[in-house]
Amino acid sequence: MALFLLKRLAGMVATLFATALAVFGSIYLAPGDPAVFLMKGRPATPETLAAIRAQYHLNDPFAVQFGKWLGGVLTGDFGRSVQFRQDVGGLIAARLPTTLWLVAYAALLILVAGLAVGAVAALRRGVADRIVLVGTGVATATPAFVAAIGLITVFSVKLHWFPAFGNGTGFGGRITHLTLPAVALALTFAGLLARVTRSSMLEALAREHVEVARSRGVPGATVVRRHVLRNSLGPISTVTGTVVAGLLVSTSIVETAFGLSGVGQLLVSSVTVKDFPVVQAVSLLVVFAFVLANLLVDLVQPLIDPRVKGAAR
Amino acid sequence: MTAVALRRRRMLRRLHGGDALQTAALIVLAVIVLVAALAPWIAPHDPNGLDLSAALGGASGDHPLGTDESGRDVLSRMIYGARTGLLGPLVVVAVSTVLGAVVGVTAAWCGGWVDALLSRAMDLVFALPGLLLAIVLVAVFGPGLTAPIAAMSIAYVPYVGRLVRNVAVQEATRPYIQSYRVQGWSGWTICLRHLAPNIAPLVLAQSAMNFGYSLMDLAALSFLGFGVQPPDSDWGAMINNGASALLQGAVLPALAPGAAIVVAVVAFGIVGEGVADRVAKREA
Repeated sequence: MALFLLKRLAGMVATLFATALAVFGSIYLAPGDPAVFLMKGRPATPETLAAIRAQYHLNDPFAVQFGKWLGGVLTGDFGRSVQFRQDVGGLIAARLPTTLWLVAYAALLILVAGLAVGAVAALRRGVADRIVLVGTGVATATPAFVAAIGLITVFSVKLHWFPAFGNGTGFGGRITHLTLPAVALALTFAGLLARVTRSSMLEALAREHVEVARSRGVPGATVVRRHVLRNSLGPISTVTGTVVAGLLVSTSIVETAFGLSGVGQLLVSSVTVKDFPVVQAVSLLVVFAFVLANLLVDLVQPLIDPRVKGAAR
Repeated sequence: MTAVALRRRRMLRRLHGGDALQTAALIVLAVIVLVAALAPWIAPHDPNGLDLSAALGGASGDHPLGTDESGRDVLSRMIYGARTGLLGPLVVVAVSTVLGAVVGVTAAWCGGWVDALLSRAMDLVFALPGLLLAIVLVAVFGPGLTAPIAAMSIAYVPYVGRLVRNVAVQEATRPYIQSYRVQGWSGWTICLRHLAPNIAPLVLAQSAMNFGYSLMDLAALSFLGFGVQPPDSDWGAMINNGASALLQGAVLPALAPGAAIVVAVVAFGIVGEGVADRVAKREA
């Protein structure tokens, strides 16, 4: 187990290092002088260009620049935003709560709705199953921004139940402002999780030990809880990991659609004005969370199903 | 004549497997492709024709889906939008399928360190969300369809590559491949002439689903303003434009292209799943 953990951690660090290198190096792929690039095409005097070169260490060799940047990142210093003229770390920290609330809210919706709908479809074959199959088929095909448009139309414009824009203040304000974004964000992934839950539970239901439990007169609810659900948790947890990781990217779409000032929206606005230090920092953060979510799933798997431990690579 | 008709019908049945849902999905896809191909002839108006006096007009006889905030005909823009909407995913799927197949078969055939290297590389790309990769590339190379398509083409390689590798590893141990080896055929010939055709249906199923997903991703990037640039019409970009008109009560400019995206993606999903189901049945 310790060796497995060590291997996974090493893999995680390698992935992050490669990402950091790619994210940092991408600025050199851009046509033209990085200093001019960092000026976002504004006319610049030679003095400002020199100042920028000094600020971003552009006169050093690439490896040294990368080392300095990585050293800064590791100590929490992501450089300064070209757009806001502030520390990137502070910009992200100010927007992180909104994004985390949104992602947590959506994750909760995904887990509850996905598991419940999938379980209903697996246990009640027939009409309910057909409805769920069609519903999840449409849900997984609805991108978050289309869902956002639909939700705004119905619940903000027509019914006036929820606000269409803004962050909201306080706990209640946050909840009302984040409900529509969270639903829009959750829809695709909930559909996906429901499908996986359904097929995974159907597989477990068809197994012999379930039939034995039933024929021995174990109550139906107990059979489902102890023998069906537990056995189908493996694929469910794998998908949950990918889903949570995917949320972190899709949040930029939803935040833009609903005018929420979160990390995703910061990324989008920074790309638009080519604010590269921010793009680098947010990208790295997203990949870090992505890798972390997958690592957590790998760690949880042996707890759900001890047989995985032996098979761990 | 009858023989030809019969053969054609059998071909159709092979295509849709006799399932009504499959047939419907295939018809929807055919209609979308036709609309995209015939856009200049069937669009009722110029997709970029401004008419500020008719801005945000509702559905009428002249404009079946109304007009957007600049008075452009929504239906015509949607018809032209089908072109960019299909072309982008087509490139993504073609590139990622070919690259994924090459990487997957190479990894499975060579095994050993080649397999380890290629598999680790695919894991690495898999760890990077495609949307993020596209956003970073847009930051570097500027908005437009090139950067998103390039990013998505790379991001979808592992989806195909992992599948191909796993299937090819199983396939390579089967007697027919082994006997070709014993007979002294070269690896190239066996892979191209015998291995590839046998795993093609499964890859096709995955690619059909990838088409839908990449359509969603590219539309999302256009929605963010990173993909198709105005005045070119694109479903994602139209939703971005229409979002502001939404609060003024004009819902069609945003909802109509949204519905088009959902219908197209659902159709691709059904077709992909149908092919995958039939491959699974054949294997069983």
